[in-house]
Amino acid sequence: MSRIKQCFDRLRAEGRKALIPYITAGDPNPQMMLPLMHELVEAGVDVIELGVPFSDPMADGPVIQLAMERALAHNVGLRDVLDMVREFRKTNQTTPVALMGYLNPVEHMGYEAFAEQAAAAGVDGVLLVDLPPEEAEEVAPLFRSHGLDSIFLLAPTTTLERARRICENASGYVYYVSLKGVTGSATLNVTEVAEKLKQLRTITDLPIGVGFGIRDGASAAAIASVADGVVVGSVLVSQIAANLGDPEQARAGIAAIIRDMRAAMDR
Amino acid sequence: MSDSKSIDFASVPDQRGHFGPYGGRFVSETLMDALDELDQLYRKLKDDPEFQAEFDRDLAHYVGRPSPLYFAERLTSKIGGAQIWLKREDLNHTGAHKVNNTIGQALLAKHMGKPRVIAETGAGQHGVATATVAARLGLKCQVYMGAEDVKRQALNVYRMKLLGAEVIPVTSGSQTLKDAMNEAMRDWVTNIDDTFYIIGTVAGPHPYPQMVRDFQCVIGREAREQCLKQAGRLPDALVACVGGGSNAIGLFHPFLQDEGVAMYGVEAAGDGLDTERHAAPLNRGKPGVLHGNRTYLMADENGQIIETHSVSAGLDYPGVGPEHSWLKDIGRVQYMGATDEEALAAFRELTRVEGIMPALESSHAVAYAMKLAATMRPDQIIVVNLSGRGDKDIHTVAAIDGISI
Repeated sequence: MSRIKQCFDRLRAEGRKALIPYITAGDPNPQMMLPLMHELVEAGVDVIELGVPFSDPMADGPVIQLAMERALAHNVGLRDVLDMVREFRKTNQTTPVALMGYLNPVEHMGYEAFAEQAAAAGVDGVLLVDLPPEEAEEVAPLFRSHGLDSIFLLAPTTTLERARRICENASGYVYYVSLKGVTGSATLNVTEVAEKLKQLRTITDLPIGVGFGIRDGASAAAIASVADGVVVGSVLVSQIAANLGDPEQARAGIAAIIRDMRAAMDR
Repeated sequence: MSDSKSIDFASVPDQRGHFGPYGGRFVSETLMDALDELDQLYRKLKDDPEFQAEFDRDLAHYVGRPSPLYFAERLTSKIGGAQIWLKREDLNHTGAHKVNNTIGQALLAKHMGKPRVIAETGAGQHGVATATVAARLGLKCQVYMGAEDVKRQALNVYRMKLLGAEVIPVTSGSQTLKDAMNEAMRDWVTNIDDTFYIIGTVAGPHPYPQMVRDFQCVIGREAREQCLKQAGRLPDALVACVGGGSNAIGLFHPFLQDEGVAMYGVEAAGDGLDTERHAAPLNRGKPGVLHGNRTYLMADENGQIIETHSVSAGLDYPGVGPEHSWLKDIGRVQYMGATDEEALAAFRELTRVEGIMPALESSHAVAYAMKLAATMRPDQIIVVNLSGRGDKDIHTVAAIDGISI
């Protein structure tokens, strides 16, 4: 059974929801990644989404674009990201790690080579933002054969019919993008999300994580009341941007936000 | 290549936008529904006589088509080889082939009832062509342009403003065309309900490469007919510059089935194909995925897109339309390069010998055609797509000459 499934099964049994932080690998520098990942776990996260830096992050807002630029300034590539996961696994064998990124770096490495090396490094799931299920007909089974979950996005614009097909190809969890826009957008309508999730529940038993627009304990708790997981990214990455000279401070800031969200979600 | 003879070029792309392994639709989920909607509408309208008549009417009375096919007699006799004929897209309204496509897409926007259009632009030609049709149809228009390009192309920026468009400088990444396209995609995903994204070349997610090609095919259809009428036969070779590749595909596509017609796409070789400063993915790149489609790209060993260089802003793009990638692989079109220096020489030569000042983009095609003509017989015919006029480049050329104007 995949680490992601085990994690959601356990949470479901406990009546709790997953807290899923996103950070960009190598931001603000490669050395900070391991301490940050471990700090996230200590602060109470369940799954870590690790962003793979890409030169042209079309689906991301300015906060994550800049994070990727900072990581790329250290020349952090897909192989380096896999090394970070391998290091993380030396001391943590339980917290699932999903890679989130764009297709081109994976295509450049080669799908087979990537799947093999990612699985060997201890990666659990892969979300490629610009790889819709239509184009993933060969990739998803390949990933599955290496024990990697294929995580796909669902959007407010996704029809139910299409969502059904997407969920058939997905495993681990699906990621519902709560609003039309890029990462870091501002407004979140919990009632609309709840409505959409109710529909999605009729077609899939997969856990549903919700992201985009979640920035504090209150919004995390509101989403946790309707979803299986809460994905939070830009607000964490902003802490790094605000404390570029002081990584310790950035880590402390991120941990404080996570603890706040965790407490609000478990209340 | 012999096996391209049996291909029915009209059957490509397939239903999901694939040209062999290239093309497709690689975008985030939020855009998928809008692309489906566009695809369905386009499928319906492209065979609708009323829509086609509306498009043709605009091309005739607003753009000024057909554009002439002109025999460049002095240039030809100076070289002493094959006859060089120029397809005069530079004479179109707004000065380039770009408007053929923006007219078509603006009509689609109107049919979809979208009050707002957005576009990306490099040199500003596509931005101007978009702002122009938006002004004519009364649509709100915002154009994304790399901050570097905004500085380099002040004239076109002001032109767009005069036309009522808002130009938004893009400061992310390398601050050029590819980043403008990223930003336009981000805008579109955010404002998808009321916005139509007018992509300027035969790239992007399906159905854009097919749609833009179809709109630009008027170039090749006219050229084919004109050549038969004026020269009494089909040309022996076609030459066009390739950045994204819309002018080239527009010229080539209606001739693909004509086996005797050789085709040459000319990429920007910058300082030289064997230097690191060029924009020639078909010559020096490898397949990857960017801006919604799989195609040849300029990328580093980690799959990061690398910055390109060309003296012509319109060719300064790390990717290329997916159909070109396919035409390269099957061997139907040969892709060559022309350096900055060769393009500038061709710019000066055509200006002095024929009194026609080509865009620096088109100058790449002229440069290669001059080389090619010298290797061919005087009874043979080369048709060159003169895709745009050079007025916009006078500042660039003057700066190279050390003159400030």
